[in-house]
Order: sequence, then C-alpha cells, then structure tokens
Amino acid sequence: MNPQTILIYDGSFDGFLSCVFFVYHHKITNPIIRKESEANNQLFTITEDIITDKNNALRVWKGLLLKTSRHQQQDFFKAFLSEIKGVENTLLSYIQNIFTKETSTGIDFSNKDILKISQVAKMVGREKHRMEAFVRFQLTKDAIYTATVEPDFNVLPLIIPHFKDRYADQKWIIYDIKRNYGIYYNLKTIETIAIDSFSKTKFKISSDLLLPEEKDFQKLWSTYFNSVTIKSRKNNKLHKQHLPKRYWKYLIEKTQ
Amino acid sequence: MSFDKIRQKLSILADAAKYDVSCSSSGGKRSNNKKGLGNNTGFGICHSYTEDGRCVSLLKILLTNHCIYDCAYCVTRKSNDIKRAAFKIQEVVDLTIHFYRRNYIEGLFLSSGIFKNSDFTMERLVSVAKKLRLEENFNGYIHLKSIPGASDELMREAGLYADRLSVNIEIPTKSGLKLLAPDKKHEDFIKPMEKVKNEILQYKAERKIIKSTPRYAPAGQSTQMIVGASGESDRDIMYSATYYYKKFNMRRVYYSGYIPVINDNRLPSLGTEVPVLRENRLYQTDWLLRFYGFSVSEILNDTHKNLDLDIDPKLSWALRNLHLFPIDINKADKQMLARIPGIGMQSVFKILEARKFRNLDWTHLKAIGIAMNRAQYFITCNSKDFYKQDLSSYDLKNKILKSSKSKYDKYFNSQLSLFS
Repeated sequence: MNPQTILIYDGSFDGFLSCVFFVYHHKITNPIIRKESEANNQLFTITEDIITDKNNALRVWKGLLLKTSRHQQQDFFKAFLSEIKGVENTLLSYIQNIFTKETSTGIDFSNKDILKISQVAKMVGREKHRMEAFVRFQLTKDAIYTATVEPDFNVLPLIIPHFKDRYADQKWIIYDIKRNYGIYYNLKTIETIAIDSFSKTKFKISSDLLLPEEKDFQKLWSTYFNSVTIKSRKNNKLHKQHLPKRYWKYLIEKTQ
Repeated sequence: MSFDKIRQKLSILADAAKYDVSCSSSGGKRSNNKKGLGNNTGFGICHSYTEDGRCVSLLKILLTNHCIYDCAYCVTRKSNDIKRAAFKIQEVVDLTIHFYRRNYIEGLFLSSGIFKNSDFTMERLVSVAKKLRLEENFNGYIHLKSIPGASDELMREAGLYADRLSVNIEIPTKSGLKLLAPDKKHEDFIKPMEKVKNEILQYKAERKIIKSTPRYAPAGQSTQMIVGASGESDRDIMYSATYYYKKFNMRRVYYSGYIPVINDNRLPSLGTEVPVLRENRLYQTDWLLRFYGFSVSEILNDTHKNLDLDIDPKLSWALRNLHLFPIDINKADKQMLARIPGIGMQSVFKILEARKFRNLDWTHLKAIGIAMNRAQYFITCNSKDFYKQDLSSYDLKNKILKSSKSKYDKYFNSQLSLFS
C-alpha cells in the first residue's frame, strides 16, 4: 500500500485550490488536505507543503466555472468558509465528481458529497444571514458605526456586499472577535483591518469611545424590544431557537 | 431630542401596535443607487425575536393610540381606560433613521388609531413616509396601514412612498364585524383595498410601456384576521382568506389568535388561552394553498369544517384520500410529490434533481431529509420494502401519532390518558 499524502496549505481559498491543482498535476490518490494551523504529523504519511499560487488556483476555479451553475459555485465557496475540519476533502471529491461528469444537468443529491456540500453551504448561508441580522452598530466619537461579532463560520467575506450597499453613506466596522480581523468601510472601499485592543475576553467597545447619546439610543431600542413582547404568548423555547444564546452578548436588547 | 419623553411614548405606542402580527420586510425591491441610506433586496431580515418567538424586523408603532372607534376586540378602543400618547411626525422619522443606521431594523411599520377622521389620519401616515423617502433619502422598507375609509387620492400617494399597504379585516365574517365593531362598515375596509389593487395593476400595465413609471407599493398589500374571537369555523376563515387572495391579489393574509385584552361579554373572557395551535394549522393550510397546489375545498368543506388539531392539514387530507397512495417517488410528477405528507417543497426539489441520476431508495430519501415518520406510509421507492396499505385511515393516524413527537403534545396528553 502506498503511504497517504498530506497536503498542508495556508488556509486561504487560493491555497486550497492550489492543493487541488497539485492533486491533479501529480495524480495523487486519496490525499488529505489540511490547514497549517491544524496540521499534525502522522506515521506512514508523506507531507507536502503547498505554496499558494494564484495562477494554479485560477485554473482550477475556471474549470469549475465551466462545469457548474452560479449557485453551485457559491455553495462551494460557502462550504469552504465553514472551516469544518475535513471539509477540504469533501470539496475535493466534489470537484473530482464534477470534473469526471460529462454533462452538467441537474444536481445529484443522491451523491453523499454533493448533498453534504449543499447542507454545509446552507449552514454557512444561515450564519451569513444571521450576521446581517444580529450586527448591532454603535456610533463612536470618530463617527464610525462599529460592531463586534463572533460568527460560527468565517462569514465576513460573504456579508460585505450587503452592508456596503445598505450603509453606503456611513463609515462602519464589523469586527470578528473569534478570528481577530474586521472589515472597515471608508465610504469608498472595504479594507481588512486588525484591532489589537479586541480579544476574546475584551469583545465590548469601550464606552468612552462612544458618542454620549449612543447609550440613549440603545436604551430606546431596549424599551422598544421589551414593549413588543406579548406576555400571554410567551414561548422561551421558540425564542431561543430563533435567537440562540451564544449571540446574546452582542445584542443590545439582550444585555441591557 | 428629549430621550425620556420619547421613551415613554415609544413604550406606549409600541405596546399598542404589537397585536398586528405582520412583520414581513420582504417582497419589495428598492436599490440604493444614489449612495443614500438603506436598501431592500426583496428578502426580509428578522433582526431580533421577542420572548414569544415572533420576528422583530420593523419598527412597528402607532402614530397615536387616540381613537374615535370602539371596536370590542381592540385595546385602543375609545372606551378603554389606558394611557394615550402621540408621536410627532419628525419624531417617527428620526427614530426610524437612528434605529436603521444601527442595523436594528429593516424599516418602519406605521399604523395609527383614528383621530378626527380617516383622511386626517392617513395624511399624517403618508407624510412620515414621504419625509423618509424624500428628505432622508431612505430606501429601507416602509409598511403603512391603510386607514379604513381613506380617500383614493391619499391611497394613491401612500403607495408611491410605501412598500406595502395593509388594511386589517380583523373579523372574517360580516356578521361578526357587525357585532364587534358596530361603527365600522365592511365597505370602508374594502374601499382602500380595491384602490391599492387597481393602482398596482395599473402600475404594472404602464410600466410595460414607460419604464420610468413611479413605483407603486412594490411589496403589495396584506391583511389580518383575528382567530377565535367571534366563533367562526376554520372553513369560514380560509374561504374568506382565499377570497382576499384572489379578489385583491393579497401577498399575505395573517391569522392572529385572539388575545383577550378586555372583558366584554361578546368576546372570550380574560385569561382564555390564545389559540396558538389553531393559528399554526391555519398557517399550514395557507401554505398548502399558496405553494403546494391545493385548493381550499380539498382541505375544508361542508363535511370537514374545521382542521384537525392533532395532525397537520396535509396528513389529514392524505388520510381522507388513501386511494391516491402509495406514490412512486421515482416516477410521480412534481404536483403529486408535493402532496405527500412529510415532504416539503425543498425536498421535492432535491428528489426531482437527484432522480435524474439514479432511482432513489430509502437511504437517499432519509439523507435528503424527508420526514420519514409520515412519508413512509405514502410512498414506494427503489426498494422491495414498503408499507402495504392494510390499515384504515383511523388506525394509520393513530400509528403515526404514536411514533411521532409533537411540540404540541401537551395539548393532547390529557385526552390520551382517558383511553389508557
């Protein structure tokens, strides 16, 4: 039996596509694809460090574009952003499946990888939607609407178009505490930023950075939130199902 | 802005508006192409959820809870002794903008008690929407209440700024309305609905010729009915819902379980439980009519006046029509697949796609995610194992009920224990 090959990449989407390129180029069977951050040495394996190559990545992506619908491409990227351990291998067999197929009519939901990708993409899509809903901006003294979040999956790249279009006339920052990076809209473009003062334990925006009336608006919002509940229909299970507890610490109406 | 005063008003006027269940912010498209504030992609967003599990998507408030009417079912009826308040137009505009910029809401849902007369009230609602659109360059969602009896001119203007307009019919039958809202006339509700419908039709026709025709209420209109206040049957409710869908091209009809707010001998007494389960079954029926290709008479008719509470309406229909089953998953057309209990439209789509590649068996169907506890009795697939129809519909129903767990179990446990 040949030893199994482990491909290590930098965690970026291009890096992953470079791995796929490598697999095809060197005709590797049954590889394992891992991020550097989760690599561990195993016996009887060959480890290859894959260097991210934009051109190789693009070749794979172009191949995928020819064989899939826009919706499938989006699902593919979303599934990648899930960062679920081992998702790279599911994505690889997904690609192999698509590339060996002649025609591209219909989606084979009876194939387990294809079904899995569509289910994972759905989970990521749901998280994206939640972030569009649960981001709570606070206005700082330097006139930037700032929010901190902690999404289950790496969805900031997915929510940029939504926020950029909606809040086109105000500066804003959405900061992912878990992954320690944020996106900043400067009224023209989006920049990726890192802010040192945030950490897993310091996830709140310090109140001396906020405009004085910010707290008043937060109080108004909480007042509104509390007045719309119909007490005789109270249903905590449903409440938590829609608004899972892990998001509460970032929601003004659930912290005041 | 005096925050304390605003806060007081907000708590009174949000509290009074909460019985309106519509909270959708979908269906209207409005793009933000002038670098203004806000957009509307056609998909709604629930920004939060109340402790009763309802979506909070819009800033839903009354302009005022002063009202000249005395409808029995309404908290803000004039004879009710409650705190009254009124917002100024600019206050509503400011509140909406500040909340929207913080990503709390998708937009505004503005309703009002009727003060002075219909037109006076409607005019004020329209001017809030107008200010938001023209002065604040706001492209978020605006839902305005059409005040019964408002003039055609005002309804025309309302639709130019609002995404959605709605009149709540509240009481599904004319006789019920007469009993509970004696000073309101059925025609007053119909008039603004008719106007909005015609304007939308006209807009659609004109737009085909002149692309720049100003948009009119892109998210259409909706209405709401109270369930369980005036003794109507499920059939009455769904037939009248169907009437409003067909006659006025409603986007949505909402069903709101009656919440006793005042003691009145014409109504269920205070403390009566809200009929949430019945409400849920009505919504399921509504979905079957709008998305699953059922017609209302298949589900509710003279022999079947009320929906079963212990099983969903599709299962109930299937049990009454066992002769149509089992259905072959690999051959049946879309319409028939949609009629199988335990299979929703998402699964129908997945089945249709997947069976182009191979004949599906039980493992595939399970993985796709159909509700096997119900579906298994109504289908055949690529397998020799399938349910041989040997039980009567009564026994089959009990078998399904025994093998499944419902979140509504607590409503039925007491009944079951009678027999055990």
